[in-house]
Amino acid sequence: MKKGNDWRYRISNKEAIMGTVLAILNFIWWYAFAYGLGGQPVKEYTYILGFPAWFFYSCIVGFIVFTILVFIMVKFFFKEVPFDSDDNEGEGSSR
Amino acid sequence: MNWDVILPLAFFLILVFLVGIYTSRHIKSGPSFLQDYFLAGRELGGFVLAMTMVATYGSASSFIGGPGAAYQLGLGWVLLAMAQLVTGYFTLAVLGKKFAIVARKINAVTLIDFLKARYESKWVVILSALSIVIFLFSAMAAQWVGGGRLIESFTGVSYTTALFIFSCSVLVYVIAGGFRAVVITDAIQGVVMVIGTIIILAGTIVAGGGIENIMGELRAENPNLISPFGSDESLTPLFVSSFWILVGVGVVGLPQISVRAMSYRNSKAMHRAMIIGTFVVGFIMLGMHLAGVFGRVILPGIEVPDKVMPLLALEVLPGWLAGIVLAAPLAAVMSTVDSVLLLVSSAIIKDVYINYIKPDAEERFVKRLSFGITAVVGLSVFAMAINPPDLLIWLNLFAFGGLEAAFIWPIVMGLYWKRGNANGAIASIVVGVGSYMWLHLNYPNLWGMHTVVMPIALSFFAYIVGSFTKGDSPQTNTF
Repeated sequence: MKKGNDWRYRISNKEAIMGTVLAILNFIWWYAFAYGLGGQPVKEYTYILGFPAWFFYSCIVGFIVFTILVFIMVKFFFKEVPFDSDDNEGEGSSR
Repeated sequence: MNWDVILPLAFFLILVFLVGIYTSRHIKSGPSFLQDYFLAGRELGGFVLAMTMVATYGSASSFIGGPGAAYQLGLGWVLLAMAQLVTGYFTLAVLGKKFAIVARKINAVTLIDFLKARYESKWVVILSALSIVIFLFSAMAAQWVGGGRLIESFTGVSYTTALFIFSCSVLVYVIAGGFRAVVITDAIQGVVMVIGTIIILAGTIVAGGGIENIMGELRAENPNLISPFGSDESLTPLFVSSFWILVGVGVVGLPQISVRAMSYRNSKAMHRAMIIGTFVVGFIMLGMHLAGVFGRVILPGIEVPDKVMPLLALEVLPGWLAGIVLAAPLAAVMSTVDSVLLLVSSAIIKDVYINYIKPDAEERFVKRLSFGITAVVGLSVFAMAINPPDLLIWLNLFAFGGLEAAFIWPIVMGLYWKRGNANGAIASIVVGVGSYMWLHLNYPNLWGMHTVVMPIALSFFAYIVGSFTKGDSPQTNTF
């Protein structure tokens, strides 16, 4: 084996970190809207399209926003790498 | 029961059955048989990969138990259910291309193949195989009971007959078609789940006179129904957040999910699957649980939560549409049990038999054995389900958390931490499973969090500590 890792692993590591960061952002969004807006007394709730604002932002907008963010992450930041080749020759050329 | 409802259900069962049988004709023999039977030759495209991950993950609790809880507790439970959005992209992103590449390099067919190559330890293999067989068998039995009960309640046939119908429709295609039949039928079942969600949600909103009206009535009945804290204020932020571990990021540790992360064709398939999977899982969870909450306005006073969805569908929809909606939970159950059944059988054949009993088994014999063991496992689940324990969701969650605590660190750390070794993995599995069972029985929901949180934290420390005791990290560059 040559020294150093498979070049594809560096890409994969980076993508794993991006996925984790997105999950953390997802949690913050979900939590902040739910308990930030939803924590006040129900009498003071405002409503959007019939839903309480906390629910609308946390669950409905959150769902749409993070689906779009996954799309952006995958389309613009994730790289396509070949899976099958054992060719270490490809190492220098691609990166 | 009326035929309007039964016909779409019967049509669905027959369709799945036929597709499964048809797919099984593509099973290859020869040297690639195991790869083909248990992993569909690593050929999954993006759509099928997304659907099989969502459908395998989504079970009876997404369509029956969950909406029932939402009916009782209100929007707070929908909030909790939305923690599952993250499963749509997290597993694939974290295991990532590395898992798929490593699996190809070492020719892994099962999750345990990966652990075996990574840790080079007999005990890791034995402990993992044991956890998979024990936990997933009980989870499968619970789902099997759920499948039987669903058919029983929709059609009015006896439970045993219902179970028989269910078993026939699942067993035949899994045994004959292996992973390929499982994922193709999963794709169909996933589509049925999405369509069912759209129909029931639309039907409930119309029947309730619009969202604004529904919210008004919920607020009038009990303002807490539209707060994030639940009708009885039992849903604390900490408790709800802890479900991000149980049904969110922890799902990486479920073998039936992670094995799918080695089955896709190329990077493009993985990318597409993340987008589609996130959308589909978010849509189903949001839609079904909202329908459960809305149902409270239309049909107040249902005592048994599991009856909410079936009664609601029959109330707000014409019979044939209700039949399509009720096919969704059935699809969810089938798509879970078919995957789990195949996984249990692969653990027995590939991980135990070929690894330790007869490494040089002849190809033709392995083939017959694979069909045989899958059939035996399936039939014994059927036998156990005839006289079932009455704790469907409990058993299901028990298996769920136990497996997550056992496998999440050996998989994730094994992939990304070079120093991790066999001692770490063994410690992690033992501590994870042990502490989960002990806490679940003695101190459930310790400190106001779901039971799964502490075992996952403990198994992490066990992994680190174990890895720092002696023991070698792997010498190759494969990982």
